[in-house]
Amino acid sequence: MAEAVTLGRGLRLVGQPVARHDARDKVSAATAYAADWGMPGMLHGTVLRSPYPSARIRRLDTGRARAIPGVAAVLTAKDVPRNTLATDVPGQTTPVGPLRARLYVLAEDRVRYQGEPVALVAAETEELAREALEAIEVEYEPLPGVFDPDRALEPGAARVHEEGNLLARWRIERGDLASAWGRAEAVVEGEYRTQFVDAAYLEPESGVAWIDSDGVITIRVSTQVIEHFRDVAEVLGLPQNRVRVIGTYLGGGFGGKEDVTVEVYLGLLAWKTGRPVKMVWSRQESLLARAKRHPFRMRYRTGATARGELVAQEIELLADAGAYAYLSALVLLYATVTAAGPYRVPAVTIDARVAYTNNPPTSAMRGFGAMQVVLGYESEMDKIARAVRLDPVEVRRLNALQRGDRLPVGQEIESHVALPELAARAWDGLGEPSLPRAPHLKIGRGLAANLQPYGRIVWLHDWSSAWVGFEMDGSLVVRTGVPDVGGGQASSLCQIAAEVLGVDLERVSIHIADSALTPLAGTTTATRQLYMSGNAVLEAATRLKGQILGVAAGILGVDAGALELAEGAAQAPDGRAIPLPELLAQCARQGVPRSYLGVYHAPAGEPVDLERGPGKVFPDYTFGAHAVEVEVDTETGAVRVLKHVAAHDVGRAINPQSVEGQIQGGAVMGLGYGLMEEVILEEGVNLTTSFAAYLIPSALDVPDVEPLVMESGEGLGPFGARGIGEPPIGPPAAAVANAIYDAVGVRVGRLPITPERVWQALQAQTGRGEGSGERS
Amino acid sequence: MRIALTLNGRTRELEVPPNQTLLQLLRDTLGLFDPKEGCGEGVCGACTILLDGRPVSSCLVLVPTVHGRAILTLRGLEAGGLHPLQEAFVRHGAVQCGFCTPGILLTAYAFLEGHPEADRKAIRRALGGNLCRCTGYAKILDAVEAYAREATRG
Repeated sequence: MAEAVTLGRGLRLVGQPVARHDARDKVSAATAYAADWGMPGMLHGTVLRSPYPSARIRRLDTGRARAIPGVAAVLTAKDVPRNTLATDVPGQTTPVGPLRARLYVLAEDRVRYQGEPVALVAAETEELAREALEAIEVEYEPLPGVFDPDRALEPGAARVHEEGNLLARWRIERGDLASAWGRAEAVVEGEYRTQFVDAAYLEPESGVAWIDSDGVITIRVSTQVIEHFRDVAEVLGLPQNRVRVIGTYLGGGFGGKEDVTVEVYLGLLAWKTGRPVKMVWSRQESLLARAKRHPFRMRYRTGATARGELVAQEIELLADAGAYAYLSALVLLYATVTAAGPYRVPAVTIDARVAYTNNPPTSAMRGFGAMQVVLGYESEMDKIARAVRLDPVEVRRLNALQRGDRLPVGQEIESHVALPELAARAWDGLGEPSLPRAPHLKIGRGLAANLQPYGRIVWLHDWSSAWVGFEMDGSLVVRTGVPDVGGGQASSLCQIAAEVLGVDLERVSIHIADSALTPLAGTTTATRQLYMSGNAVLEAATRLKGQILGVAAGILGVDAGALELAEGAAQAPDGRAIPLPELLAQCARQGVPRSYLGVYHAPAGEPVDLERGPGKVFPDYTFGAHAVEVEVDTETGAVRVLKHVAAHDVGRAINPQSVEGQIQGGAVMGLGYGLMEEVILEEGVNLTTSFAAYLIPSALDVPDVEPLVMESGEGLGPFGARGIGEPPIGPPAAAVANAIYDAVGVRVGRLPITPERVWQALQAQTGRGEGSGERS
Repeated sequence: MRIALTLNGRTRELEVPPNQTLLQLLRDTLGLFDPKEGCGEGVCGACTILLDGRPVSSCLVLVPTVHGRAILTLRGLEAGGLHPLQEAFVRHGAVQCGFCTPGILLTAYAFLEGHPEADRKAIRRALGGNLCRCTGYAKILDAVEAYAREATRG
């Protein structure tokens, strides 16, 4: 085999805003989403859910439901071979204590949140399935619950689980805090609160399962994690190779389809009935019962010198896990590691806890703990800047991490941090200030920066694999188990393969997300697919190129290193060329494979004792800065975002159009978080179970976000790329909060920043006298 | 009950249950999956179809009310290839997950038929009833605006 071939300097496809193949399919509605699928003789599955947030199940009788003609199965916990489901991180190789979490497939004697699954039905029609649900008799005995994480940790609080309500705690201590406070000439502090929000992808959870002709349970499902085939196998007590998950192109995921959704229920119902089963959750069901983003209560105290250099910070975080652990301990870990932001803080303590309550479970959502804390650290930076009279760009430039600096956990930053430039460019990007349209409308500007890890925690030993091969006619096939959530995951991989192998994009077919037929690539979560699977495809394509150019070199009598693959042929410097079909036939004759299976292993490490450290937690981070200009109506408290500039260093933009799309979409989701969205709960009862009550931004609610894409080439991904899926959701809420302060002198530290909250803060300010609205 | 309607230019006679929604008729009975169900209560716009040329949420329309009327779903836009508006969506990166795309394409198409000179602000208002969770809307507006300019020029 030839040595690895170096890449040509001039890139043909990478870096180009090429049209995505899946976009073409989607504009003509050719894409078959999970709910657009069906099988002959298919049953319809539904879930019976608890109406109470905390109750004992005294009696559960399915007799009447089973007796309805056309009802094929009614299942309760006792029908489930293994009723506890481990939410270990897929592929996890190192036992990591509190990260291990279990939940019940179906509730046994207790329910712990409103919407918890209690029973399953499969019936000939959806109507019959609903009728059967209503015929299931459940007698609940309501129990006291606990609905606030602070209360949950008080002595005597109702216990959500036997082992107590504290789910996980992480602590970091770095530097000599006592002496550091002595150097602090400006001290600010504040309490910040974030809310429950829903991923609110437009495609609700859905899938179809059947037992294939080989007896393998096959589940075609909208999921970010096809490796959940292992969870289904565990629940059914089957070997893992008897369950197959086929992942569809998703109608959005945002972390909400990272945990198991319908697939375990589909597997159970198909297994019990022997028939194909379809399950589609309604929007109302999804909003009621699916895991939410963790609300955080954050207390910050920050000290700086008179020049504005940070010297000390104390941070206390408390998050609400809801009723089951899911990924809460990991989410809290992300929050803990990033809680001080992208800044050099010599002395810092962080104390972070997450508690069980009888609220809906919380788990992964875009930003994963590292986004909630942005409101904390960037509000503090704004206060420090005002206290020492620095402008927002300067205070961030002064304190920004640089290569070689360490995060509070002790991890050394090994790549370039473009924060000063990002902050300056975003701020300048706002241009000339808008003029107030009326005396009661005030204009203000705010800045917020962030860091977000990409790639999984290093002690999870993450890897991805991808197969790249030529067909005999010179067309190219990529196979990899990557779920495409809509961010262009598959399309970017095609670009990389086509780039390296000198073929046009139209000559590439990609097969993704099939746990039986595509090499496993890991989850489309943690901003890891371009980084991980991009590297796997790059490796496979580069090796494949080496293999076939080795054959070409023999034929042409030149060194393989002098050859290029371009325009569908191996080309020599003297102008001679061998077209791919001819070269591939030669490979076949010589027994040289026309494919390569690339496996990429991320940098690995041992678990870190956060408190004592130091150690590496994440492979690397993506940095960004957003600047916004807002208009605040002092009569109503309404806030309108007039301008929004979002700058991120993405290392290298494989497809700049997709990168801009991630930045714009993430920023708008962040604005929804900052200004509009909230899952409203009253004693654990969800009051926002429709899109008429749970408001996400429409085109009328947000400005056009201007994306600024910086390319430092410093990322760990292919061609120096960094991940950009999650990072843009971090800064907007904090940038808006800072802009509101700039406009009207009140700081609303509680999300979402609704007109009511702004108006109340303005009223309180008037009561105290103008300009004293800073509640810190 | 029996109804007659025109679906993407073809006249159909159908036996339908009177309590069926148009979305159910299209997806479950006719196997036409262009419209998507995002909320089932007329808020998100993913199930948008054109009823006599006007965009409506098909999840809110009961089938008996469409007797004698003309229905256009996304594939009704195509005539031997993608419609230029669809091409604009591909070119401008207006599609991410794509679940909202059929509804947005139809809403934009119907609006521009009636308002060929519409500017970005007017397009934004017209699309206010179609939610998208992925794109932040900017590239959708880019695509619709670019198509409107091409269409009025051409």
